[in-house]
Amino acid sequence: MRLDIKSTNPTSTPSIPSSPNDSISNALDKPRRGKRIATWMLFIVILVVCSLYIDVTPYQLFVGLPEMGVLLKEMFPPDWSYLPTIWAPTLQTIKIAVAGTILGAIPAIPAALFSANNITPFKSVSLPIRTLLNLVRTVPDLLFAAVFVAVFGIGPFAGMLALLFFSFGIIAKLTYETVEAIDPGPLEAMTAVGATRIQLIVFGVIPQALPAFISYLLYTFEINIRAATVLGFVGAGGIGLLLNQSLGLFRYDRAATIIILTLAVVLIIDNASTRIRRKLL
Amino acid sequence: MMIELRQVSKTFPNGTIGLKDINLKIQTGEFVVIVGLSGAGKSTLLRSINRLIDVTSGDIQIHGQSITSASGSRLRAIRRNIGMIFQSFNLIKRTTVLNNVLSGRVGYHSTLRTLLGSFPKRDVEIALTALERVNIREKAYIRADQLSGGQQQRVSIARALAQEATIILADEPVASLDPLTTRQVMDDLQRINRELNITTIVNLHFIDLARDYATRIIGLRAGEIVFDGSVGEATDEILAEIYGRPVKADEFLDTSREMQVVGVT
Repeated sequence: MRLDIKSTNPTSTPSIPSSPNDSISNALDKPRRGKRIATWMLFIVILVVCSLYIDVTPYQLFVGLPEMGVLLKEMFPPDWSYLPTIWAPTLQTIKIAVAGTILGAIPAIPAALFSANNITPFKSVSLPIRTLLNLVRTVPDLLFAAVFVAVFGIGPFAGMLALLFFSFGIIAKLTYETVEAIDPGPLEAMTAVGATRIQLIVFGVIPQALPAFISYLLYTFEINIRAATVLGFVGAGGIGLLLNQSLGLFRYDRAATIIILTLAVVLIIDNASTRIRRKLL
Repeated sequence: MMIELRQVSKTFPNGTIGLKDINLKIQTGEFVVIVGLSGAGKSTLLRSINRLIDVTSGDIQIHGQSITSASGSRLRAIRRNIGMIFQSFNLIKRTTVLNNVLSGRVGYHSTLRTLLGSFPKRDVEIALTALERVNIREKAYIRADQLSGGQQQRVSIARALAQEATIILADEPVASLDPLTTRQVMDDLQRINRELNITTIVNLHFIDLARDYATRIIGLRAGEIVFDGSVGEATDEILAEIYGRPVKADEFLDTSREMQVVGVT
């Protein structure tokens, strides 16, 4: 009996919207073209106005370009004798990134679980944590570093702490989105088995979300390695301090050595990490 | 009394009526098949028995204990006693078959113990015996997603066995399997029902399967029990009444019977 209602509905509804739909799309066609042109115009106007306000003009590019040549000339040949000196700070940079990423990833796990609506159905818990995560992610890593240098003093600890917060924000956010998208079937099965909430997480959630979590951890590590190289500019440890010094002392040959070594490290780590991540997913 | 439903009703938040004043008693060792159109409330009925769905009113008793009013560890203890088999198997795909079966044992251990992922030897033996009962012991150390659909469904049966459940609920257990494995899985369920005297309730949409395996057929229509009787009593006329229309060919697994039905209608 109920079926009758269902079967009449689909047949009667399509006939009505089909004609108005056509007229709506026709009516929309013309203004849409005008709108597109207007959007581009607005875009260009904003660009020009902004550039003028901050004195960004192609003129500066032409004037500055020869300077670039001078700089590059000074950089080569790089001062390879500087390599032994920068080896330790480079390693320190990597260590800062490793420690920051891992220590950030650990609290990211409970944060992700408490943010995911399918695991924590209480908005009173998930909402504050999500808000915190959003706040953490609005702060750039260098700002974190500058603040922590002010609090904990110059050195790698401040840098590590900056990366910790930064990693926590990203990993928790990406992970909770993954957790919300997992197959609910095994969770239902674990509930039916009589599992506690923690058992449900261990048996139903973690096996499903772990590969993605590790992938996010490596991805964040890639970002952190790059971020760690400039942490030294605000006194937060690593190779950035020496790079800043070399540039300040106009020792562009030394700066070149640092940049080349950093580039090599970043390339190797990026490559390895990408390979592992590809295998994981 | 194994399972007893008293005036159970379920109305979903969107106003849809899932169950309407269901009164039902199921005895130990019965093999009950619930038939009805999709949307008739078969799944809702099954899921309210182990409280994957909360009913709106009424009471459900398992072994004389009310699951509708239980909570916390008491609810989990009742659930532990009820194995569930799903249409989509609901295994943890990325882990081994054995781990999947062992997950049926978590209700017997403290959270802390299972957190470390180490089960006692006895549990591993129970799990392996369960796998043996469904003839896939040799797959114990293979990842669950490497198995065929029929094998995965048998793993989920083994999981229910590892629970040492006295009741098995199977929600369309063969809907995503081919006809041959369908028979094998149904045979497994029947064998377990007979050998271990496990009360079994199965939702099916294949009428011939229902007749072949059930000791009792319950017909649902629009959330109400419209038939409850033996296989012999569930004639084509009765089924047509349950379905609100003549039975169609695709409601039979075996296509050779399809001709008979067309003849009847």
